[in-house]
Amino acid sequence: MSEDNYPDDLRYHDQHDWARLEGDDHAVFGITWYAQDSLGEVVFYDPPEVGATIDKDASYAEVESVKAVSDVIAPMSGEIVAVNDALEDAPEKINGDPYGEGWLVKVRLTAPREAEGLLDAGEYRKLLEN
Amino acid sequence: MNSLRGVSDPRRTPLYDQHQQLGAKIVPFAGWEMPVTYEGIKEEHSAVRTHVGMFDVSHMGEVEVEGPGALAFLQLVLSNDVAKIEIGGAQYSCLCNESGGVIDDLFVYRLGGDRYLIVTNASNHDTDLAWLGRWCRDFDVSVRDVADRYAMLAVQGPHARTVLSRALKLELPPRMRVAHARVGRRPALICGTGYTGEDGVEILLDPEVAPPIWAELLDAGVVPCGLGARDTLRLEVCFPLHGNELSTERNPIEAGLGWCCVESTGFLGSAAVAAARAEGPAERLVPFLIEGPGIPRDGNPVMAADEQVGTVSSGTFSPSLERGAGMAYVRADLADPGTELEIDVRGKRRPARVASKPLYRPDRKAS
Repeated sequence: MSEDNYPDDLRYHDQHDWARLEGDDHAVFGITWYAQDSLGEVVFYDPPEVGATIDKDASYAEVESVKAVSDVIAPMSGEIVAVNDALEDAPEKINGDPYGEGWLVKVRLTAPREAEGLLDAGEYRKLLEN
Repeated sequence: MNSLRGVSDPRRTPLYDQHQQLGAKIVPFAGWEMPVTYEGIKEEHSAVRTHVGMFDVSHMGEVEVEGPGALAFLQLVLSNDVAKIEIGGAQYSCLCNESGGVIDDLFVYRLGGDRYLIVTNASNHDTDLAWLGRWCRDFDVSVRDVADRYAMLAVQGPHARTVLSRALKLELPPRMRVAHARVGRRPALICGTGYTGEDGVEILLDPEVAPPIWAELLDAGVVPCGLGARDTLRLEVCFPLHGNELSTERNPIEAGLGWCCVESTGFLGSAAVAAARAEGPAERLVPFLIEGPGIPRDGNPVMAADEQVGTVSSGTFSPSLERGAGMAYVRADLADPGTELEIDVRGKRRPARVASKPLYRPDRKAS
């Protein structure tokens, strides 16, 4: 998508990752519009394995453009319960729809209260302006 | 050159404002601020493979060598047989040091009887000039830095000739030839060379007319392309890049450039090159393709069994082949096409296979 966009229903990590909370202890993660725009056309997504444990603020996957590699940082801690297999053949969905079809992983959260430390859309926009 | 410019300030080409207007992503490269992409590397890459793209390569340097001793001097410093270049001809060559290390790789154009133009890599221009200056003293020849005299546009792709001759009303030289022309009513040189594997030309033109000519070509539908696509295009056709595949630590033989070395001319470094050719090098530069997922990157170790047997010199995602691809220096006994290797991509072993050159063969019939 060509216009920057930061939905209000997401929580944001300052390393340009988002989390969509689902129920009490699940979330979907992805990278923000800003992250995909800085990276350029994504040509490869290297997902973690289902069942892997991921830690808040640590890298859990990589996305690559023609020229660059970017670590994807976990906004919250948990266990991977699903990865977006559609991205294997169509990683460009991360550019086209970073909050929808370009989602990266589904996670069972081990510390749901970590959400309180994340940014809301307004705070994240402010971070980008600075 | 602007005398107020600080020594460390990056330089800008005459087309810098045009790049900014197009919203290019601009990066520092070899002391210059250059566009790496405008709309996306894949689109730009594809434009050159299927239609026509243009690259501002004004950062490249030019050196004029002129005088009765020009041929003898160039025969000393260049690896190829310069005597074979006819007037209006072009030739690829290495500039080697005495130990056969590659200082630069470059094109030489013969503009007149004893007048030649060398086009240097931006990052090596000053080194090349110093080297040429050091060796030209015993010859009746003048060596002039004429880099500020030219802007340079590479117009490449199967439709390059059709679009260019229509838009600029130009007669274009065939491949590996150079022609004098007028572009924007100023003297210019049109060279039938390029760095993409596609048909096309490189235009050396007056910096003052570069912006209007760029605009005319944009209007004619030529797609602006940045250094990102330039790199993926050259890698698919296995053209070496100095600083990646070539350096003073590597000789032309291991780099697969034996074809542009004629040791019988006695060029500087010819003894070392002859020895490397006779003995066979310990490592060879090979193209390779990743067999599954993964994108190799410069510097990745190349593994066979559990032993490191080489290093990736250039790695990327190949837009034409839609997979990881690159070139690597590997142990000579593992250099045959078909050899199975693994590339260690940040700790993950990615199966790869040595391929033959080029990795991608442009369809010249498309024009």
